[in-house]
Amino acid sequence: MVEKYKRQYGSGLDAHTYLGQNYFTVDRSLIPDFLRLLRDDEQFDYCVDITAVHYPKREKQFDVFWILYSFARNERIRVKTQIADGDSLPSSFPIWPTVNWLEREVYDMFGIRFDGHPDLKRILMPDGWKGHPLRKDYDILQQDKEWVQINLGIESGQ
Amino acid sequence: MSDAPMIGKKTTDTKDTPLPNAVPDLATSHLDLETPDKPYLDSNELILNMGPQHPATHGVLRVILKLDGEKVMGTECVIGYLHRGVEKIGENRTYTMFNPYVDRMDYCAAVSNGLGYCEAVEKLLNIEAPERAQYIRVILTELQRLASHQLWLGTHALDIGAMTPLFYTFRDREEILKIFEKYCGARLTTHAFRIGGCQYEIYAGFEKDVKNFLAFFPPKLDEYEALLTGNRIWIERTKNVGVISGKDCIALGVTGPVLRASGVKWDIRKAVPYANYSKFDFEIPVGTNGDTYDRYLVRIAEMRQSLRIVEQAVNGIPEGPIMAKVPKVIKPAVGEIYHSIEAPKGELGYFIVSDGSTQPYRMRVRPPSFVNLQALDVMVRGALVADVVAVIGTFDIVLGEVDR
Amino acid sequence: MNALTSYLGSKVTPGQAGNQLWALIYVFIIFAGVALTVMWLINWVERKALAHFQVRLGPMRVGPHGLLQPFADALKLMLKEDIIPDEADALVFWVAPVIGLLAAFTVYTVIPFGPSQAVSDMNIGILFMLGVSSLGVLGIVTAGWASNSHYPLIGALRSSAQMVSYEVAMGLAVVSAILMTSLNAQGSGTLSMIGIVRAQQEQHVWFLFKFFPLGLIAFVIFAIAMVAETNRAPFDLPEAESELTAGFHTEYSGLRWSLFMLAEYAAMMAVSAIAVTLWLGGWMHPFPNFLSSPAWEFIFSLFPGLSFAGFAAIAFIGAVRMPSQAFFRIQRAGLAVFAALLGLIALLLLAIAVAGRANDASIASRFREGIDYVYWFLLKIAVFMYLFIWYRATWPRYRFDQLMKVGWKVMLPISLGVLILTAIVGVIF
Repeated sequence: MVEKYKRQYGSGLDAHTYLGQNYFTVDRSLIPDFLRLLRDDEQFDYCVDITAVHYPKREKQFDVFWILYSFARNERIRVKTQIADGDSLPSSFPIWPTVNWLEREVYDMFGIRFDGHPDLKRILMPDGWKGHPLRKDYDILQQDKEWVQINLGIESGQ
Repeated sequence: MSDAPMIGKKTTDTKDTPLPNAVPDLATSHLDLETPDKPYLDSNELILNMGPQHPATHGVLRVILKLDGEKVMGTECVIGYLHRGVEKIGENRTYTMFNPYVDRMDYCAAVSNGLGYCEAVEKLLNIEAPERAQYIRVILTELQRLASHQLWLGTHALDIGAMTPLFYTFRDREEILKIFEKYCGARLTTHAFRIGGCQYEIYAGFEKDVKNFLAFFPPKLDEYEALLTGNRIWIERTKNVGVISGKDCIALGVTGPVLRASGVKWDIRKAVPYANYSKFDFEIPVGTNGDTYDRYLVRIAEMRQSLRIVEQAVNGIPEGPIMAKVPKVIKPAVGEIYHSIEAPKGELGYFIVSDGSTQPYRMRVRPPSFVNLQALDVMVRGALVADVVAVIGTFDIVLGEVDR
Repeated sequence: MNALTSYLGSKVTPGQAGNQLWALIYVFIIFAGVALTVMWLINWVERKALAHFQVRLGPMRVGPHGLLQPFADALKLMLKEDIIPDEADALVFWVAPVIGLLAAFTVYTVIPFGPSQAVSDMNIGILFMLGVSSLGVLGIVTAGWASNSHYPLIGALRSSAQMVSYEVAMGLAVVSAILMTSLNAQGSGTLSMIGIVRAQQEQHVWFLFKFFPLGLIAFVIFAIAMVAETNRAPFDLPEAESELTAGFHTEYSGLRWSLFMLAEYAAMMAVSAIAVTLWLGGWMHPFPNFLSSPAWEFIFSLFPGLSFAGFAAIAFIGAVRMPSQAFFRIQRAGLAVFAALLGLIALLLLAIAVAGRANDASIASRFREGIDYVYWFLLKIAVFMYLFIWYRATWPRYRFDQLMKVGWKVMLPISLGVLILTAIVGVIF
């Protein structure tokens, strides 16, 4: 399978294994098509999870992961891509309906927008929250100090 | 983040931040409307808010129902009331320090959470817990599955109106919690396992207690079944309520007893075995209709299978160490790992990204209840209001896990 | 004074005798008795029985074994703040529980505790009871409306729909029992409650067993419909808390809420009284004609005294078995006093039974008769109340559409069928 896709996508795709778990590193441009291919041709019909990791010092700051599982093959793989801050990704909602809330959470926590998502809004944080908590530059102490300053008018003691 | 102030600004200035409890604009969402330019609120439709404080929502869950008379046209779940930022905390704690936090997510099945986390980190470190520790882990995890399903049964029956099974299941759950308390000192948030094995050796009399429980429990299970399984009113309330097909389950990412009740025979303990489950002989109960009654039957059958596993495990605990050789300071190599277990509620997964330091770089928890809850909308379309309560109960959600 | 004593010798109800003073006295006794029984006995039994079904103990602290708990609850409810929602219609809000209470208590004027132990024996007794108890629906609907909030409104409408649909089945079951009263030589039946029991006595059979199984089916239909009528489990969706709407009494707190509960329990007793009168032989002891020799009469008349003696014994054993710490001393003392009180009542009843064993017109004899009638009637009602509590502990709730389906598609055809069959069989035999 790996060889087939390597041949197909050339340098945009790379396959690795770490501690027995396989994952693809793909270019952002390949994203909706490759995932669709995985579902349709390789029977990865269950999207287990979507997450992101933030590397603020890198140029392409976010690693976005899709963790997929195939019932027929009893196999789990990951698909990883890197995007820059402010970039958006096409939503995989048409491929797996399960990503509805998973993508909303990634948006909520990291600020990565997903185009084509039916209802991209915050899910865990309150609706009007400013800031994306799981980014590395989101400082909890800073949030606390600001809240105390604004609402109580005093300096936080932290 | 540095530019704009937070939600907690003075209430005089709420122009651009809607009040969190305002009815959200449902028109943009997945609730399909017949024609896009039809005015959203028909005169026959009612928006009913099953608010965060409600006796039947198992925690702080807010469900906004769009009703036409008694029928539910669409729902929207508003979650996040219990969001505590566990993933962010994970980035600021060492691996060992994070272990107790994991129990607090699914607080009804803390031992399972701990098992998943410890196994994930062990995988990252490429070590394996010794045999004896694995047996202890399996016994405690299966007992925890029993306790979690008992809690589910009691509260689900209470939502549907049967007040008595709640007390019976809680009374019997006490026996399991007593075993936990004797083992690790806590009943609910147990912190039972450590990275690399178990910290506590099983106490003298552990095997006797577990065997006593194995003798004590099956008649109680029969008692619950006598109260509910053949009960005409129970069957009418749960049969054909909240039906979801196996295909929809897979598409929506639903796992756990809900998936199995819809006919898909899949259990991570058999498919991707962990913690020596491949050594034990047990079956995976599968339902046929995918309705609430089947989910009830599947969970009861799972309880019986758990009893089988515990019996096999407790009769064969090997001698040996209970902790593997784990370095004093846990510093996994740079890399990522995803490990999931079959928690009582579904597939509980841990995705850990390590950057070589003592603290995880990213600690992602894939909660089963969070993903399962998405299917609520699909399951209650066209059902009556009273069924919404039954369906929420049948998911067995724990808000601590949904929100983390 | 004359009005007071002239009635004492009569064997008719005060209504028949036209004696307003005694009618008032009866009304007062009934009202006080029912209110006290409901508030204290039924509440306590419900909490204790429910608790024991659920493997717990129930109230134990307020009074020995929780015997004073209902008084504590009533006191608390009376002292609570009286909250009226801002947008609610205050007058209707105030009136709603009163309507419910009036409807529930007015029916007690025709309940026959004995052949002359009723306030009045209207010759349309059963019709009066069914009609007035239907007025209770009005109380519920006004409560839901006056609360000015959609949760109680939905609950009130559901509740009224449920009550109305089960009244139909109830009514038909009642009619089939009344049909059976007309199976005597003159071919004339009666709607009067006392007349119905007399008919059972004359026909030598409780209507439960008449034309077996027709009487039984009619009784079962009525038994189910009466549970739905009073909004009790398993038909208590309108007032369940874990459903979306907490029912018509959501906005009511404190004393107003307790008035609703009082009305509910009173209605429970009233419909149980209908069931007992129509099918279970009312005030008659078991086998009234078969075992009617003076010896048997005497044995049956010992029952009230013996049952109180039994209660006294249980209370006494409870007092003995109290733990002996200092905390429990007052409870033990209280329970012992209670046991002594029950024992005294038992002795009194036994004395009356013995003194009045000659079946003549002496005062003791008439007292004994009256006590016997009332005792058997109340015993049968107590069985029904216990059944109500048992149902609540055991079964889950019916969903509203299933409830309506059962009421219209199952109860109604069966009760119609029983009615027609009863008529046919009655004509043939």
